[in-house]
Amino acid sequence: MEIQRQVGTYMERVMDACILAGRLMIANGSEMYRVEDTMRRIAQNAGIEHPVIFTTPTGIFVGLQDRPLTSLGTVDQRVLNIEKISRVNNLSRLFAAQQIDFDQLYAALRDVDRATPTFPLWLQCVGAAVASALLMIIFSGQYDWLDMPLAALAGTGGYLVAYYLGRFTRVYFITQTVAALAVGIIAYVGILLGLGHSIDNILIGGVMPLVPGVALTTSIRDLLAGDLLSGIARGVEAILSAVAIGVGIALIFRFLIPWA
Amino acid sequence: MPIWLQFIIQALFSFFATAAFALCINVPRRALIPCGWSGLLGWMVYWVLWQLGSGRMLANTAGAVILAFSGVLFARRYKMPAIIFNIPGLFPLVPGATAYQAVRELVLGDIDASMRLVVRVTLVAGSIAVGFMIAQLFGEFYSRYLRSSWQFRQRP
Repeated sequence: MEIQRQVGTYMERVMDACILAGRLMIANGSEMYRVEDTMRRIAQNAGIEHPVIFTTPTGIFVGLQDRPLTSLGTVDQRVLNIEKISRVNNLSRLFAAQQIDFDQLYAALRDVDRATPTFPLWLQCVGAAVASALLMIIFSGQYDWLDMPLAALAGTGGYLVAYYLGRFTRVYFITQTVAALAVGIIAYVGILLGLGHSIDNILIGGVMPLVPGVALTTSIRDLLAGDLLSGIARGVEAILSAVAIGVGIALIFRFLIPWA
Repeated sequence: MPIWLQFIIQALFSFFATAAFALCINVPRRALIPCGWSGLLGWMVYWVLWQLGSGRMLANTAGAVILAFSGVLFARRYKMPAIIFNIPGLFPLVPGATAYQAVRELVLGDIDASMRLVVRVTLVAGSIAVGFMIAQLFGEFYSRYLRSSWQFRQRP
C-alpha cells in the first residue's frame, strides 16, 4: 500500500514536471510539435511508457494511458523569450543523457522563470532602435539615410511603451494599440520638426519591433503540421495584434494628419 | 545606386537588424552572431531571387529553406536547439509590416488595397511555412539515409 502511494506521487511529480516544461515552452513562443516532443521525452525518460499529451496555446493536458491520472496546466501569457526555451530544451537533453536525475530536473524547471537572465532594458532599446532603422531601409529599398534616426527613435518609443504598459495590464490589444499610437505620434512630430521625409517608411520601421510576423508564420507552420487548434488560436492572436497596431497607426492618420 | 552596393547594404543591414532583434527576444548571448548570419542568409536568398525576377512566393520559400538548413548547421556547431537561430532569422522575411499595412488600409477605408495586402500576407507566411516543411522533410530523409547506410555497414 505504501509503495503504491509512493509510486502514485512519483507519477504525479513526473506529470507536473511535464506540464511545467510544456508551459514554459508555450509561454515563450515554441512551436507545438517541439513542445509535445519535449514533454514526451521527459515523461518517457522518467519511466512513463505511454503518456497522453494534448497541448493548446492556452492550456496543456497530460494523462497516462493505463491509469486514471490526468493533470492540467494553463498558459495565460505568450511572449517571445528564446533563452527560456533553450534552457528547457537543455534540461530535457541532460535528463535524457542521464547527467541529471529527476529531482534535479524538477527543481531546475521550477527555477527557469526566476533564474533566467534577460538583457538590460537599455540594450533591448538599442536592439529595437537598430532593428527599426535598418529594416526600414531594407524594406523600402529607397536608401533614404535621413529617415534612419527618426525611425530608430520611433521604434524605441514604441518598444518602451509596450514594455511598461505590459507590466500594468494583461490586455495585449491595449498595449499594442497604445504602443503603435506612440510610434505614430513620434513619427508625426518628427516629420513636423523636419527630421524625416517619408512618414510611411518611418512608420513601417517604427512598428517592426511590435508586429506579429513570427507568430503568423508559426501559426501556419502549426496548421501544416496538423496542430489545427494551436494554429488557429495562434493565428487569431497574431491577427488581433496586427489589428491593434493598424488601428493605433490609423488613428494618427485620421485625427492628426488631415489637419496638418 | 549600383547593384553591388545595394547587395552589400542589404547584407550588412539584414545581419545587424537580425542580431539587434535577437537582443529584444532574449536570445542567449553566444548565439547572437550566428543569429545574425542566419538572418542574413535567409534575407539575401530572398532578395537575390526577387531581384532576378522570381515571384514573391518562390523567393520566400527558398529563403526559408536556406534559413532552416543554416539553423540546423548552427545547432550542430553550437550545441543548441535550432529554434534559437530560426526565430530571429525569420524576422526580416516574415510579413509583419505587411499585416499592419493591411489593417491600416482597412481602417482608412481603402478596401481594395487592404484585400491585396491580406492575400499577400497569407501567401508569404504560407510559403515560409512550406519552406520550413521542405527543409524538415529533407532533414528526415537525410537522417534516415545515414541510419540505413550505417546499418548496411554493420551487416556481415
